[in-house]
Amino acid sequence: MSENVKESINILLSGVGGQGILLASEITAFALIRAGFEVRKSEVHGMAQRGGSVVAHLRFGERVYSPLIDPGTTDIQVAFEMMEALRYLPMLKKDSRVIVNTQKIAPLSVSTGQADYPDDAVDVLRGKGLSVYPVDALETAESIGELRTVNIVLVGALSSFLPVDEQIFLDVISEKVKKDFVEVNRNAFVRGREITRKFAGNQRA
Amino acid sequence: MLFLSGNEAIARGAHEAGVKVASAYPGTPSTEILENLSAYEDIYTEWAPNEKVALEVALGASFAGVRAMATMKHVGLNVAADPLFTAAYTGVRGGLVIVTADDPSMHSSQNEQDNRNYAFAAKVPMLEPSDAGEAKEFTKQAFEISEEFDIPVLLRTTTRVSHVKGLVTAGDRASSHVEPGIVKMPEKFVMLPANARRRRVDLEERIKRLREFAETFPGNRIEWGDKKRGFITSGVSYLYVKEAFPEASVLKLGMAYPFPEKLIRSFAGEVEEVVVVEELDPFIELHVKAMGIECRGKDVIPSIGELSAHAVKNALGGKGADTETSGEVEIPLRPPNMCPGCPHRGLFYALSKLGVFVAGDIGCYTLGFLKPLSAMDSCVCMGASIGNAFGMEKALGKEALGKIVAVIGDSTFIHSGITGLIDIVYNRGFSTVIILDNRITAMTGHQPNPASGMTIRHEEAAMIDLETLCRGIGVRHVYSVSPHDIDETYNLIKREVERPEPSVIITRYPCVLLPEERRKKKTPYKVITAKCTGCRSCLKLGCPAIEWVSITKEEARELGFKEKQNGYARINRVLCPGCAQCVQVCKFKAIVIDE
Repeated sequence: MSENVKESINILLSGVGGQGILLASEITAFALIRAGFEVRKSEVHGMAQRGGSVVAHLRFGERVYSPLIDPGTTDIQVAFEMMEALRYLPMLKKDSRVIVNTQKIAPLSVSTGQADYPDDAVDVLRGKGLSVYPVDALETAESIGELRTVNIVLVGALSSFLPVDEQIFLDVISEKVKKDFVEVNRNAFVRGREITRKFAGNQRA
Repeated sequence: MLFLSGNEAIARGAHEAGVKVASAYPGTPSTEILENLSAYEDIYTEWAPNEKVALEVALGASFAGVRAMATMKHVGLNVAADPLFTAAYTGVRGGLVIVTADDPSMHSSQNEQDNRNYAFAAKVPMLEPSDAGEAKEFTKQAFEISEEFDIPVLLRTTTRVSHVKGLVTAGDRASSHVEPGIVKMPEKFVMLPANARRRRVDLEERIKRLREFAETFPGNRIEWGDKKRGFITSGVSYLYVKEAFPEASVLKLGMAYPFPEKLIRSFAGEVEEVVVVEELDPFIELHVKAMGIECRGKDVIPSIGELSAHAVKNALGGKGADTETSGEVEIPLRPPNMCPGCPHRGLFYALSKLGVFVAGDIGCYTLGFLKPLSAMDSCVCMGASIGNAFGMEKALGKEALGKIVAVIGDSTFIHSGITGLIDIVYNRGFSTVIILDNRITAMTGHQPNPASGMTIRHEEAAMIDLETLCRGIGVRHVYSVSPHDIDETYNLIKREVERPEPSVIITRYPCVLLPEERRKKKTPYKVITAKCTGCRSCLKLGCPAIEWVSITKEEARELGFKEKQNGYARINRVLCPGCAQCVQVCKFKAIVIDE
């Protein structure tokens, strides 16, 4: 184990079906395993995936039992969509870290004018006293020329807070991503990591 | 070390156990087992028309002396219950393992039945892994137990075992000690009353031996800790107990049935208080109580939905039961929805306009229930739409003519809709059955079915011709239509629903998510803003690609709209695959191809 992590660390990944949350959580899990941790990862398949709200639970530590994060015990939330950062507030601690992709994907009720999108999501999160790290992952992905790397930009942003060497992540990405997309995904990871690195300091999760 | 989901681990375990034949009908949370198993070239795998056939195929393979497996979701075992109960009598030659993947909390199911009850009712042993590592080991052991005790073995998972990834140790491929071949054993395989009565007695013997075996089965184990409170638990609940009360004594039952009574008694005798923690039914609890042992259980542990470490702490007042959270804010819901370009949408739009009672079924199209389409009025189980529609028709007589339709997917129709249609024809009904043929089993992730023309490995296969099938049953009026053509679909249903004879309408268009559909060049549509009157007709399709832009009176004036127009529609170019349903719905010709 690269660092001494006694209590298990809980990462909640939330977003919308089709955003690549499964691959993102998979890469993170493999990096953590390679760093010597026990990892459990819980997903939901089936009906929920049809454009619905999607969540994955990732827990790691010396020894992990439950595959599910308990309410109020999430250490880090990564919201792949801005509004989906708010849906899981009851899962967060008073002082959780929240990485928010500021990309907005309107649910049907919003796009058809029945409900309003909570444009102030980041402020609401800050108002709760949470440590919020907004990331424009869509723009970052666009700037490196591959829109489909939004999920890996967010893995990069998450990685700053994890006790895993950058090289391990880069190795895992090289192994898990299709050959033609390795370089652009490694790029995406590095760019995402840069966004949050200055906040990481010594107080890793 | 491998990092596998419970389902991947079961496939790996079956491979290591030397399984030769595996059959399944897809269903969340079980689907990935067969998908992963089909990657091993030396194992025959198939998608069966339904779970009953899957189990019968696996049992046949077992009769022929090879290790065989059938996998299904919990409700699938209801369909396969008929062969299960008698397979307990016949027993096996090659090891036979049946996986039932239960779905507490109904993440993707219509009920949350506890299939441990099947082990008791069918008198077969059941293993219950807690995680992926155990899932692999128990799968291998299940084959050994099956051959050793001449009995099919149930392996039960739940969503949080099937879809949780954890570390798994790889092992070598073993093989059965049984010799494959045709062996005639009528006294064992022909279950007519005289033989069945003998096998019934034998079954009792086998279960008795299994009860002895359970006492020493390593999957049943005691972890001693604080003896003030002793937990008896199984499956994923074990992990919740360990998380919530790491110091407590635990009796973990890896075999959910039959029970190791001596082990339970000795455990209960050493602890001050016994608490049974299990999801859904009080299956262990009732047994422990029947043994005369006092225990707590469903008096405090919820019997509805999944458990969690939190739920266990809450029930028993453990540390961290009242953790502070970051509260809650109200935000719009994000329910699942039919995809942009989904062919089902056109059909449900037509049905919503017709206002008929829609007897529904299980699949993506169950989402036709949701607003704004709101075009499904019942949904019970696979195939129920047809029988339900026919029953309503018989109850109401002529009054029902023109007012009821059944809707059912291609795969669901083959699964268990055909017999319902036969009932309509045979018993002189006039129901209208709509088969939504999108060429694939979509909801569970695009598994081919007998109407798709390919096997589980995407090899070419015979393709059931649904029209010929329906005509063969005796339906004289069989029509097909593209559901993207809303007017034609509407008119066809309107005509057929009034017909005093049985009719079948096949709405045929491939699922928009199929790779060959995705590869097609897309021509998205756009709204000519100046032509949009803000009537919201297109929004009634419930298409995620169509957005509503609200405007003020001033903006309306600037845009040249009438002052009372409070918004206009816009199409999200990235999402629109160009199905053109909205073009047909717009009375003002405001929607055109976006060049």
